Amino acid sequence: MADKDTMTLEVFRYHPETDSEPRFQSYEVPYNEDWVVLDAINWVKDHVDGSLTHRWSCRMGVCGSCGMMVNGEPKLTCAAFLKDYYPFPIKVEPLVNFAVERDLVVAMDGFMEKLQDVKPYIIRDDVNDTSDGEYRQSPAELAQYKQYSMCINCMLCYAACPVAGHEDDFLGPAALALGHRYNKDSRDQGQAERLDVMLAGEAIWGCTFVGECTVVCPKHVDPAGAIQQAKAMAAQEYFKGFVMPKGTGVAKGAAK
Amino acid sequence: MSHGTTHQHDVIIIGGGGAGLRASIAIAQENPSFSVACVSKVYPMRSHTVTAEGGAAASIKPNDTLEDHIYDTISGADWLADQDAVEYFVNQAPAEMIQLEHWGCPWSREPDGSVAVRPFGGMKIERTWFAADKTGFHMLHSLFQTTLKYDNIVRYDEHFATRLLIDDDGRCRGCAAIELQTGRVKAILGKSVIICTGGAGRVFPFTTNGAIKTGDGMAMAYRAGVALKDMEFIQYHPTGLPGTGILITEASRGEGGILINKDGYRYLQDYDLGQPLDVSDPGHPQKRAMELGPRDKLSQCFIKERWAGRTIETRDGHVVHLDLRHLGEAKIDKRIPFVRELARSYAGIDPVHQPIPVRPVVHYVMGGIDVDSNSATTIPGLYAAGECACVSINGANRLGSNSLTELLVFGAQAGKHAARFAMDHPDYNVAALETQAEDEGARVRRAFFDAPRKGGERIVTLRTELHEAMENGAGIYRDAESLEAACATVADLRERYRKLNIDDRTHSFNTELTAALELGSLIDCAEAMAHSGLQRTESRGSHQRLDHKERNDEEFLAHSLAFHQADGSAPQIEYKPVTITRWPPGARTYGAGSGLKRE
Repeated sequence: MADKDTMTLEVFRYHPETDSEPRFQSYEVPYNEDWVVLDAINWVKDHVDGSLTHRWSCRMGVCGSCGMMVNGEPKLTCAAFLKDYYPFPIKVEPLVNFAVERDLVVAMDGFMEKLQDVKPYIIRDDVNDTSDGEYRQSPAELAQYKQYSMCINCMLCYAACPVAGHEDDFLGPAALALGHRYNKDSRDQGQAERLDVMLAGEAIWGCTFVGECTVVCPKHVDPAGAIQQAKAMAAQEYFKGFVMPKGTGVAKGAAK
Repeated sequence: MSHGTTHQHDVIIIGGGGAGLRASIAIAQENPSFSVACVSKVYPMRSHTVTAEGGAAASIKPNDTLEDHIYDTISGADWLADQDAVEYFVNQAPAEMIQLEHWGCPWSREPDGSVAVRPFGGMKIERTWFAADKTGFHMLHSLFQTTLKYDNIVRYDEHFATRLLIDDDGRCRGCAAIELQTGRVKAILGKSVIICTGGAGRVFPFTTNGAIKTGDGMAMAYRAGVALKDMEFIQYHPTGLPGTGILITEASRGEGGILINKDGYRYLQDYDLGQPLDVSDPGHPQKRAMELGPRDKLSQCFIKERWAGRTIETRDGHVVHLDLRHLGEAKIDKRIPFVRELARSYAGIDPVHQPIPVRPVVHYVMGGIDVDSNSATTIPGLYAAGECACVSINGANRLGSNSLTELLVFGAQAGKHAARFAMDHPDYNVAALETQAEDEGARVRRAFFDAPRKGGERIVTLRTELHEAMENGAGIYRDAESLEAACATVADLRERYRKLNIDDRTHSFNTELTAALELGSLIDCAEAMAHSGLQRTESRGSHQRLDHKERNDEEFLAHSLAFHQADGSAPQIEYKPVTITRWPPGARTYGAGSGLKRE
């Protein structure tokens, strides 16, 4: 390849202080086959246009900061290589289904609230003292929830989900998978509390099982599977509710 | 920068990584009536703790002793660690790790359901807890998710703290922070403050550290008059991917991976690290030997191999090979799956079939904000914990898997002491602190928004020169000449920084402004590193002077303290003695049979 090989980035721009509506701006960036889209964006910011605004940190696919739409697909830009798009232009936009704060930065408040809603922490009646040692958990019990604990909160699944964009009450793939992760943890006894949240209104029932969340997940979490399993658990609890007094219908830890 | 609002809490925590979150929970749990503010320039789950891979050390197994963990840590530190602090750390480690287990961390397990441990470099016995090879990720998310349980933890996500606010009586009572979304400068006030902002690996060009590791908290404390301690001690991790600097965890060697030079030879045996056992030998990998030697020595061995012409030249510089092939696909996928994922994505090789090219990469700053064994700084009411702090348990070389545990032990401890201080000293002068925050907003505006657009330089120009100066001057091997050159360049950059020019002069989400502020932090940290390195005319741990090759306990069994000078001149360097209790300085040996000797 020639030394001065370049590629074109078509970047979504929007500044709330100066723009009434979004626009696209083109940048010529050096083509380097080792580069990811994030490297190209950083090159523009450093050398051409300091006002271009995006989030990033680890550039190794684990901090979850740099999710964007790349040619219309939700991607971690630190894991999207230029060579996979070369020599055609790459269109970079903020994740869809979120409000845009500026350029490639989206508002995360709603997502953060949904994470909190599912009570993503161990809930127990009897909390052991640390001097009693660790809770025992067999490798098989660990395997029950491990993949759902791999979510990096990059929000690509919300950008891929046809429901998340228009149904505010829908908790969405990552939050539901996280709730399910704790429900499946043998150390936890909070399933009843969590299902109360997950059962309400459209919180989980909004999901129409398109499954795109699982397809785009860069960490191979299966939110679609989690949602289906959680729906089944919820349905069971719902029917138990008719035959048992409220609050006793959910097994504590035992029925995992 | 327009002035924003004033917000009052009981304790202010700056930084939302492992240490900051652990401190937040400690306070929220013990003091339910307290309001804790957690101020972070990113959302907490983006913090750099997330990238830690291999594990976290705590002695809990029947074949292990606290005494061994203490000795490994002290000898690993080349006797520059404070022994009272190390003892506290090792004694607290098991309870803290079990606490995190109780909070849901998905630790890898033995068949009987107990927590599994693996061997790590410089450790005599396997004591490293792990969650496959995403330990930091799981620890950070477990801590963050646990904070969501507490209504009295109030998060200030994406708020960039730029200055500590000090009351008339000299106590630290909060910080000024830019709310990124609006650009407003807020006064976030409390009765005590803990800095948990992480390290400063981004002073160097080739680092495992994420973009956010720019030493902001270190610089903030330094400017406020707290010394930066032992800043000359920079850890190079021996196995980073060339080009990107992405970390390949030490756990890959703990699981049995070997390092070979261009001749396929396990070169570590030539450098006093013991003799290799065959990879099929049940005794492989040997603890405290060969590939499980400490990081400083392994990184130094690489340079010596390179000088001897036995490394492999690639497009991205010289490398050696980390060979995992004998582990087999099943073990790699079970124990170190992220290593395989990273090697495939970023090096284009599959470690099941090919060796991984690796070279040393800047990973960790042993030095940091000078704190005592209660995590307190010299400013009343100001505490620090985690990589930004220097207690010191890491001395001249940190052992792998001690830093994640350090976040927990000292995060919790700093939280406890900061809460006590807040209870004992509840009253402060709001108006005076608000004025300081307003002044800070004005300073930022003057420095970056009112500057003429012509004649100033770009951030990238200065940052690149800083990187070159530090890599050339303060790398794995240094001498007076190289360090003097680094000092001179840093001083020059400090001058030129005053005329920095940024394109973006708007308020909302101005990440060019934050990059400019981060560059200022990097220059401060680099200054302390280069000058402390120049003054320490001995070789110890990660600080290797080609012109002073021996350790000199007579003069330098002491912590360096770099004091910032308000007029911009070179920092003043002072020393204070290392706390030695039961482990007198000795020869630092690795290889079969090394470690604590018992009667």
